[in-house]
Amino acid sequence: MTTNTSEIDEIKSTPWNGGRSPFNVEYGKMMMWFFLLSDAFTFSGLLIAYGALRFSSVSWPNPDEVFQSAPGIHGGAPLVFVGIMTFILIMSSVTMVLAVEAGHRKAKSEVSKWMIWTIIGGLAFLSCQAWEWTHLHHEGAWWGANPFLNKDGSVASTNFTNLFFTITGFHGFHVFSGVVLNVIIWINVLGGTYERRGHYDMIEKVGLYWHFVDLVWVFVFTFFYLV
Amino acid sequence: MSDHTTHHEEHHKETFISKYVFSMDHKMIAKQYLITGIIMAVIGMVLSILFRIQLGWPDESFPFLEKVLGKWAQGGRIDPSFYMSMVTIHGTIMVFFVLTAGLSGTFSNLLIPLQVGARDMASPFINMLSYWFFFLSSVIMTWSLLIETGPASGGWTIYPPLSALPKAMPGSGLGMTLWLISMAIFVASALMGGINYISTVLNMRTKGMSMTKLPLTIWAFLLTAILGVLSFPVLFAGVILLIFDRGFGTSFYLSDIFIGGEALPNHGGSPVLFQHLFWFLGHPEVYIIIMPALGISSEIIATNARKPIFGYRAMIISLIGIAFLSFIVWGHHMFITGMNPFLGSVFMFTTLIIAVPSAVKTFNYLATLWRGNIQFTPAMLFAIGLVSLFITGGLTGIFLGNASLDINLHDTYFVVAHFHIVMGSAAMFGMFAGVYHWYPRLFGKMMDERLGYFHFWLTFIAVYCVFFPMHFMGLDGVPRRYYAFTSFDFMKEWLAVNRFISIAAILGSLAQFIFLYNFFRSIFKGKKAPQNPWNSNTLEWTAPVEHMHGNWPGEIPWVYRWPYDYSKPGHDEDFIPQNVPLSQTMSSNLPGDYGTHHGSKASH
Repeated sequence: MTTNTSEIDEIKSTPWNGGRSPFNVEYGKMMMWFFLLSDAFTFSGLLIAYGALRFSSVSWPNPDEVFQSAPGIHGGAPLVFVGIMTFILIMSSVTMVLAVEAGHRKAKSEVSKWMIWTIIGGLAFLSCQAWEWTHLHHEGAWWGANPFLNKDGSVASTNFTNLFFTITGFHGFHVFSGVVLNVIIWINVLGGTYERRGHYDMIEKVGLYWHFVDLVWVFVFTFFYLV
Repeated sequence: MSDHTTHHEEHHKETFISKYVFSMDHKMIAKQYLITGIIMAVIGMVLSILFRIQLGWPDESFPFLEKVLGKWAQGGRIDPSFYMSMVTIHGTIMVFFVLTAGLSGTFSNLLIPLQVGARDMASPFINMLSYWFFFLSSVIMTWSLLIETGPASGGWTIYPPLSALPKAMPGSGLGMTLWLISMAIFVASALMGGINYISTVLNMRTKGMSMTKLPLTIWAFLLTAILGVLSFPVLFAGVILLIFDRGFGTSFYLSDIFIGGEALPNHGGSPVLFQHLFWFLGHPEVYIIIMPALGISSEIIATNARKPIFGYRAMIISLIGIAFLSFIVWGHHMFITGMNPFLGSVFMFTTLIIAVPSAVKTFNYLATLWRGNIQFTPAMLFAIGLVSLFITGGLTGIFLGNASLDINLHDTYFVVAHFHIVMGSAAMFGMFAGVYHWYPRLFGKMMDERLGYFHFWLTFIAVYCVFFPMHFMGLDGVPRRYYAFTSFDFMKEWLAVNRFISIAAILGSLAQFIFLYNFFRSIFKGKKAPQNPWNSNTLEWTAPVEHMHGNWPGEIPWVYRWPYDYSKPGHDEDFIPQNVPLSQTMSSNLPGDYGTHHGSKASH
């Protein structure tokens, strides 16, 4: 370009005029946002299938009777165990926020500390899920097998357990992938990759994913345990 | 601008593997997509010829078929279940592998960075992964043709129960499993491609390239990518549930099934649920196919008519309208599933509204052509052919969108005629137009024009000869996906027409070899391409003919004007590229040109 561009050739540097990101985000974060949008549609597809199948059934098992146990508590404690699971996952989102915040300050050891807590939270959630699946399996529930009766006492469709294991399994797979990502990022933090890069944007990107997985759990929790 | 220049200065030593195989350069990835797409198209075409032979000569046996197909054509007659497999795989390959990945993959990759003025895609690495996922899924889909039990055979829409019960028919076993694996990988590929295209268009435009200075190709690719990113995951959700139904004893889509008089234990599922999930992808999918073709033809028609595209903003708004509406019309594929008639009428309403933006686009094409100084290049002929097919096929869409008419026409050859013309052939014509137009940019060589004209006229005539008669068969109630029409008197009467269609299809396919010869010969023996062979305004023609990493040797050109300054009064040439500053074209500037920097005041 000529250095003395005349005034009529001047290009205004408004957000949408090119030469910069209109949302002031770097491409990787934008790609993460669009990936999450698409993943949201996958979960929506599954949850809408849940709704369609549930409301085409005459009746449905009562979640308070199905999910009423915790390690050491044999029945009579609905929502206790899943409440703990949800609390763990939400706390891991909080520690992720703290890791991102420490990343803004480029405080390597703090980032590392909060990433470890986030990873521990993720693993704890997965362990809880493993316990709950094992417990339900011992009670005879699995894909294609539903020992629980409907609220009205009739024999329930196996789709109650089919949907439970498929959707919580798909969510659990997301949590597992998130833990793997978090571990990779944590190793990079320790190795000083982001210190050399001059920014900790990768923490924000995995953070977006982690919060998304958390948000999805709120819906899964509502649909399977509350209503 | 400084942050964009760092990219191209690092010249790596390139090995064969890093240059031609695991390339991260968008231009090489575009070629990989195109050539893979062409190979898949030939496979899809051969399948269609095989089943056209069956439909044209249902009572005769052809010994060569046995040589080609082995046990699937014993005694020279195609096996009925293999006929179903061929129809299924033909549809799958053409819809997903050729017209989704082959079309979008090629031209989004080639044109997005070059036309918005970027060094490469937002993430070249994910772009490379996207191609190799596509390649893997193509290999698996092709491989499924060769297995013992035959490929999937429940139709490209894989409706349960045929797809959900491995024992339902021969193709429901391993063939269906491979189909699902292939498509799951394909969805991942489409997703990685899509988020890359979106991020590149939004984030990487060169200075001055506002959204209303983008070529219409880029708008089309952007909206196509958005459709893909939002609709493929819903298919993915549907496929997850289908996989559980197949292998884990669930009943998401199954209820009250009897096989051979024996009741299956499945209870509580609904096959219509799958149709909802499938068509939530399936309908946007047809716009994923046609929109890039529409974008390509907008660009080619304006360039070769030497006129500004008529109604640039109306074109953008109609693309956005089509993209939005495509998400709320899926029910029109399901009018006869027992859907609530009120819901059917809602879907009918939204479906018929799509005619409005589609008509806006069609009239804009015609208005652009009107009194233009038309250059009839092969690309232009194919673009005009697309408009013709889009009108013909679009009009029958209005019939099918009517719930009451659809009850009669559903699953007849009328539907086959409609979608093969409006999205199959029209999108294919867009793809051909794009190849002829951007071949100099892809390979640095020119294609042979004369062979291009032969290819166009033979293809154009063949397409109408093949698909137009199908309308009348459909109106007479001849159903699609039938192996032979010999058992019913009223269908038997269509045998002569079927034979005519088959002959036209065979001749039309032979014409494609002219294209293949021209395409591959020109890579090596074509004339060297000039810098800007079509005197086009868009940025890709300012980059060097020889491909290089980073696209432009110096700084990326800045953009001062929209891409359609063709035949502007007062200018001595009939085109002004986007990177020509307004100060150099004082004789042709209009008052509105200065206002475009402020966004909405543009008045082209």
